[in-house]
Amino acid sequence: MNDNPQNLFVETAFVRKKKRQETVAKSIFLAMSVAMIVPLLLIVGYLVVKAYPSLSLEFLLDIPRKGMTEGGIWPAFIGTIYLVALSLAVSAPIGVMAGIYLNEYAKDNWLNRVINLAVINLAGVPSIVHALFGLGAFVYAAKFGCSIISASLTLAIMTLPVIIASTREALASVPMNFREACWNVGATRWQTIRRIVLPNSIGGILTGVILQVSRSAGETAPIMFTGAVFYKAIERGDLFPYTLDGQCMALSMHLYTLATQVPNVSESIPFATAVVLLATVLLVNATAIVIRTLIRSKKKW
Amino acid sequence: MNQGETKKLKSRPLWSIYGEKAIEILIKVSGISAIIFVFAIFFFIFREAFPVLSSPNFNLKEFLFSSQWYPTSAVNVRYGTFALTIGTFSVTALAMVIAVPFGIGAAIFISEFCGKRLKETLKITIELLAAIPSVVWGFIGLTIMSKLITQFTGAPVGVNVLNGGIILALMSLPIIVSIGEDALKAVPDTYREASIALGATRWQMVRRVLLPAAKNGLLAAVLLGIGRAVGETMAVLMATGHAVHIPHGLLDSVRTLTANIAAELGEAPERSEHYQVLFLTGVLLFCITFVINITADFVIRGIKRKQ
Amino acid sequence: MGAKVKIEVRNLRLSYEHKEVIHGISFDVYENEILAVIGPAQSGKTSLLRCINRTIDFIPNAFVSGSIKIDGEDVLKTKDVYSLRRKIGMVSPLPVGLPLSIYDNVAFAPRCAGVSNKNELDNVVENCLKRAALWDEVKDRLDSLGTKLSGGQQQRLTIARALSHSPDVLCLDEFSIAIDPVTTMKIEDMLKEIRSQMTIILVTNLVQQARRIADRTMFLWNGEIVEIDSNEVIFSERTKNKKTYEYVQGIFG
Repeated sequence: MNDNPQNLFVETAFVRKKKRQETVAKSIFLAMSVAMIVPLLLIVGYLVVKAYPSLSLEFLLDIPRKGMTEGGIWPAFIGTIYLVALSLAVSAPIGVMAGIYLNEYAKDNWLNRVINLAVINLAGVPSIVHALFGLGAFVYAAKFGCSIISASLTLAIMTLPVIIASTREALASVPMNFREACWNVGATRWQTIRRIVLPNSIGGILTGVILQVSRSAGETAPIMFTGAVFYKAIERGDLFPYTLDGQCMALSMHLYTLATQVPNVSESIPFATAVVLLATVLLVNATAIVIRTLIRSKKKW
Repeated sequence: MNQGETKKLKSRPLWSIYGEKAIEILIKVSGISAIIFVFAIFFFIFREAFPVLSSPNFNLKEFLFSSQWYPTSAVNVRYGTFALTIGTFSVTALAMVIAVPFGIGAAIFISEFCGKRLKETLKITIELLAAIPSVVWGFIGLTIMSKLITQFTGAPVGVNVLNGGIILALMSLPIIVSIGEDALKAVPDTYREASIALGATRWQMVRRVLLPAAKNGLLAAVLLGIGRAVGETMAVLMATGHAVHIPHGLLDSVRTLTANIAAELGEAPERSEHYQVLFLTGVLLFCITFVINITADFVIRGIKRKQ
Repeated sequence: MGAKVKIEVRNLRLSYEHKEVIHGISFDVYENEILAVIGPAQSGKTSLLRCINRTIDFIPNAFVSGSIKIDGEDVLKTKDVYSLRRKIGMVSPLPVGLPLSIYDNVAFAPRCAGVSNKNELDNVVENCLKRAALWDEVKDRLDSLGTKLSGGQQQRLTIARALSHSPDVLCLDEFSIAIDPVTTMKIEDMLKEIRSQMTIILVTNLVQQARRIADRTMFLWNGEIVEIDSNEVIFSERTKNKKTYEYVQGIFG
């Protein structure tokens, strides 16, 4: 190596090799990240190009015509809104309260370790298993039949663990010494939660709930056997076409049907359906991300 | 001094005290509901599947280890799910072969090599990638990917193990990247500073210090990715074709456990033997993912305890 | 000074998991006195305060035995911990401004206790801020966030909050470690003033602070009382225990 102290900071062959390796490693990792994103953009671009001939407001508002080979997707779109709204109405309160319990009340004992394992496990149950559960529990055992109620409840249980997890994360971001300060002046646990913890974590909780909107809008398997149907005749643009004990169409299910079950469908229609579904989901997600960024920039401490 | 302030504060109204009690009970019940739901899922699926266990046509060994699946045959009914299990694992394995290096590489890039802005952008992109519904992935597999595969490999059908594997890889990438990045972030900055101070390049630091330190977290990320891939239904239903046999190559069509349930449940008459066997497949899937998720949790927990 | 006993601690033991940190201590606190508690880190000073206002309940695996009586009522057996905590003002080492407006910070405790009358709240807020020597600095911006105040201001806000539920006993836990000397002197003057209205327990790591403002001083070491006596004795050469003398004089500790 180099004995001359004058040249202490001069590159040696060893250092050059090190630097080369560094550059190579960095480029490889960069390539890997890019390899993840570029195909995605290409795919989305391709979908949009293919869908273009059918994409219009009319497509969204019209009902499917001629055995679903023409027309629009209104019944499926509105059905998805029904399912998502009802399932969140059930899962959001339960999930948020469960998150509050786990983060604010639970002590470190066996019961809460079991609850934790249950949440983790619930999050990992495959969607088709949720479908089987919905069929066995809600459709048959609870006798709701194949209906919007059964499908929404199935979706609700599926989204529950993620709402619990995001609520806990939001609550945990409120520093512990705020809670202690409240307890010191005689506030009860609930007063502390309501006046200090919740107001400062509600944004994070909301973000978690909104993200679940997009997840339940895209799910197909859990509603396939519990309440969604291939086709249901409703009026064009009708806002209240379904009853809760009846079946409905859903966007995700409609895409599956068009892609695999309907012969001679004009090519752009399934692509347009996919684009609408994708756009809905991504739009909801983007909203959640924007809200989260706004909250982070407005931190109170 | 004001005399009024030394007087004792009055106590709270009764309705507020009892209201608080009620809310706290509600919160506790919600907390426990997660356990109830897990047991309910197992109970209701098993309840539907149970009668088939005593059927003369059913044999547990055959169910697990035979690849003969003829559920609707009139003369020779066979309920062997081995081919489906292999289908699931072949697709999952291929997906992991693709997704693990890319996922971990991307996680390393995001956590160690890129600037703040790029990092935020990449994280948001990954979040959006994770949000794409599985039926859209299935649709992509069925239309775009299958066309590409028939063109480039000359395979007769484009929906096969390769197609499903690529789609599943893309689907499980986000989870591997985000959990892997969390694992890398959990390594204390002092480790990084210490090795950089000793003259190591970033790459040396990653290889010699970071990867060994974050090993368990990365393992958990991979396990959760596997969990997601095994449980995926719609994408594999649409992208892997429908052949119930043990695949011999990447271009063979297969059917997975999940896809099988989705494809046949609609046609199986309620409470028929076929229907019950499908529920039993559900129990099998539940158990497989249960084991994977619990293992991942233990791996993650192990790290937390060590820190 | 009246020798009426305000707080009577008897044979108090506290352990975390299996490690005992307070080994059966007994002492009295008289009404309207300032009792300073000095001692090195880990000697159980903060834990002692946590026992007195029962926030020890929030620490998992903490086990307390013995008795702490305030006005003859055992705090370890009381049913209503919330009124107990309102009887005791607690100031923690690091200032904590709640993420609320300055006004709401001080009005927090009365509101939790069920006060909703605007006039009454206004009175409490003004009074407490004045007593904590903060009123003049913040009276024009009561709506701004408590978390945005400077460290010294936040500590005075914390004290105002601790006074807002008109406690009988005020506990201060090393209140001066995060603030500047000027603010510290302001708060010390204030403590001397409000002594006529309440009993004060002052946990401090500054021996000189105890000497300046306390009536009596307790030297706690490794969870045991080495000595408790009036300041004239503790800060002289007449201490009963040589260790106290050495600690106070800065020879060890």
